[in-house]
Amino acid sequence: MTTTQMIFGRLTWDAFPWHEPIVVATFVAVVLGGAAVVAALTYFRLWGYLWKEWFTSVDHKKIGIMYMVLGLIMFLRGFADAVMMRLQQALAFNGSEGYLNAHHYDQVFTAHGVIMIFFVAMPFITGLMNYIVPLQIGARDVSFPFLNNFSFWMTTGGAVLVMCSLFLGEFAQTGWLAYPPLSGIAYSPATGVDYYIWALQVAGVGTTLSGINLIATIVKMRAPGMSLMKMPVFTWTSLCANILIVASFPILTATLVLLSLDRYAGTAFFTNDFGGNPMMYVNLIWIWGHPEVYILILPLFGVFSEVTSTFSGKRLFGYTSMVYATCCIMVLSYLVWLHHFFTMGSGASVNSFFGITTMIISIPTGAKLFNWLFTMYRGKIRFELPMMWTVAFMLTFTVGGMTGVLLAVPPADFVLHNSLFLIAHFHNVIIGGVLFGLFAAINYWWPKAFGFKLNVFWGKVSFWCWQVGFWLAFAPLYILGLMGVTRRMRVFDDPSIHIWFIIAAIGAAIIAAGIGAMLVQFAVSIWKREELKDVSGDPWNGRTLEWATSSPPPEYNFAFTPVVYDTDTWADMKRNNYQRPLSGYQPIHMPSSTGAGVILAGLATLCGFALIWYIWWLAGLSFVGIVAVAIGHTFNYKRDFHIPQDVVTRTEEERTRTLAALGA
Amino acid sequence: MSSTTATMEPRAYHLPEEPHLHEGHSTNLGFWMYLMSDCLIFAILFATYAVLGGSYAGGPGPKDLFDLPLVALNTAMLLFSSITYGFAMLAMEKNRTSATQGWLFVTLLFGGAFLFIELYEFHHLILEGAGPWRSAFLSSFFTLVGTHGLHVTFGSIWLVTLMVQVAKKGLIPANKRRLMCLSMFWHFLDVIWIGVFTFVYLMGVLR
Repeated sequence: MTTTQMIFGRLTWDAFPWHEPIVVATFVAVVLGGAAVVAALTYFRLWGYLWKEWFTSVDHKKIGIMYMVLGLIMFLRGFADAVMMRLQQALAFNGSEGYLNAHHYDQVFTAHGVIMIFFVAMPFITGLMNYIVPLQIGARDVSFPFLNNFSFWMTTGGAVLVMCSLFLGEFAQTGWLAYPPLSGIAYSPATGVDYYIWALQVAGVGTTLSGINLIATIVKMRAPGMSLMKMPVFTWTSLCANILIVASFPILTATLVLLSLDRYAGTAFFTNDFGGNPMMYVNLIWIWGHPEVYILILPLFGVFSEVTSTFSGKRLFGYTSMVYATCCIMVLSYLVWLHHFFTMGSGASVNSFFGITTMIISIPTGAKLFNWLFTMYRGKIRFELPMMWTVAFMLTFTVGGMTGVLLAVPPADFVLHNSLFLIAHFHNVIIGGVLFGLFAAINYWWPKAFGFKLNVFWGKVSFWCWQVGFWLAFAPLYILGLMGVTRRMRVFDDPSIHIWFIIAAIGAAIIAAGIGAMLVQFAVSIWKREELKDVSGDPWNGRTLEWATSSPPPEYNFAFTPVVYDTDTWADMKRNNYQRPLSGYQPIHMPSSTGAGVILAGLATLCGFALIWYIWWLAGLSFVGIVAVAIGHTFNYKRDFHIPQDVVTRTEEERTRTLAALGA
Repeated sequence: MSSTTATMEPRAYHLPEEPHLHEGHSTNLGFWMYLMSDCLIFAILFATYAVLGGSYAGGPGPKDLFDLPLVALNTAMLLFSSITYGFAMLAMEKNRTSATQGWLFVTLLFGGAFLFIELYEFHHLILEGAGPWRSAFLSSFFTLVGTHGLHVTFGSIWLVTLMVQVAKKGLIPANKRRLMCLSMFWHFLDVIWIGVFTFVYLMGVLR
């Protein structure tokens, strides 16, 4: 081993993809863009502000917003991958190889899946739960505010590693779940799978801890009077999603540890030789993977419930059945994992069991749909943007759910397995459910977070582009899948199916317009924030506690801890002519900011990077650093402070004045 | 109906006084959840051992490798350390700082002895040509037992940290809470080890 190898491991100049013009161009654009951002932040002297007010903050609201920003940035990256695939498949006909070589194309489809699930959907839902849950239960913060900050930075660290792989070395070419033996060292000797492993491990620690944190928060910190069956439905679905997180992410962690031992230490868990069993990996990864899709969708089911009841001006139909349906789905999601590999030879009886459990899940889900429909029935429905997204969800998701039940039939699955039909199905539920839900949630809670509504015109443009674009992009995939076209293909021979890929590419372009319109919507709304301003704190005539406080809420959320008598607390308070208390403010006990989370996550990311590139000294050093900083952090016993009474009084009197001006 | 009677009288929709959530109100629950998530990691490792534990790939099996008297000694070390940790907690309840520290130190010694014997066993196996790369059985054996050993290692580092903190600050509520968490962690590792001892070693030799 040479000295250079000792210092840099396998990181050499060749690690930069000089020979790939597309990547080099992206790299240049990212460097220039990044430099511009850094220069702007320095010029406007924002670093200190960002560090003090955001990066080290333990305020659940700020952490929630940071998660959303992370999700949005990674969404643009993940969508760029999607567009690249659609373009490649639309071009690679009639003897053309398209514009992506196999090495690049395989990384693109892997990165698309990994990013969209782990670094788009997960940060979005975690951010949403972080922001909304403490407000809905009348708490001042989460149970473990420091852990919350640390979790966010670990998730970001994982995202940083994935982004690194774009320009240094390569990403996995294995598909988003990295099945061995392909992902083993024999067939994937380069850095790709190692980037995959360490990005997910670093982010996974954050996800697990934030799951524990939110469960403890919901169990321990509810306002007096809020029994479990008086919790808002979004809090309920968040609770179930977080239980799923805590009960499934350790499985992913353990599974990836075994895969990394195979790659780094030469063990034989999933190898073809020495008694290894690759099917063990497939089972383990799906025992995590199936609950994962419910982790993504459950909180959005909560969002749809809140939106439907608010914009129908009614209490939610069947609150109790909604709660039970959520819990049923939570349990059932553990009993279906094998439907992801019916074709892998488990036998008829095992396949039947998992086929039936899969079909059973559609029952509680169907119950939820009917509850939403009955909530709308005879309601005074206001078709504001959140409600539009909710109705679109009901239509789209139902189709996705039905194709899912179709795939749950093992004989049908033998035909459709690994085909584009499957791709169309899960995009149908993930876009139609998770993404539409997120857009509903963003439009619904944006005024709470920032104090002004989002522009309706651009919101509608975005909405219709998504509806049309979605069906144009994915209906062809259903058809192609039924015709037997398999997923992850780069080049096609049969010219008769070309037209469907062209239609799908047009659909993707329309979705791109929808995303563009959404960005314009944000920009226009921020630009015209004075016109869109909401000072009431309750722009939609909301029903749950988060609407009881100002928009944006003060650091301490509520000047006085609310007392709860009914499921729709805020609606109940309004019905009983609740009067806001105008005096008697007291100092409020709050957790203090700390930089330990950023430092720990930074070291963990560095450690992951060193392990990917076999830079052993750096890996060792950063690991020792993590342990040392963690221990050092425990020597800090002073972790809280009191917001002085006069600050609370000043903040609340300001709100009294704005409310009075509104009434006048 | 409670809701109708409640609407009769004016409802107080907020607490006049700031409720005093005591510090560390969620720590116990949070730590339990962490332990259960850790337990799942062990569950996966046990399951992997159950599936791959018979795949010797022509190499040595449990009967050729396991030295039960040594493992019994090792088990005794860990079980003793759990008892002495229990004594430390009893002393902590009575606010006897030096007794607590003393028992913690004894616990550390037993934990150290456990780790030493385990490392000796691993070293011995590797010298015999039965390293983790020899077969899937040995991969899953080393990973399961080694993961437990790593936990004991981190528990020991944590124990030393807490001893320093108790020496610096005494048995203040925060330190008591931390000792309580480590106590759960330590006993949890004991329970896992009983699983390892029974499932891997005893049943392995029977097989």
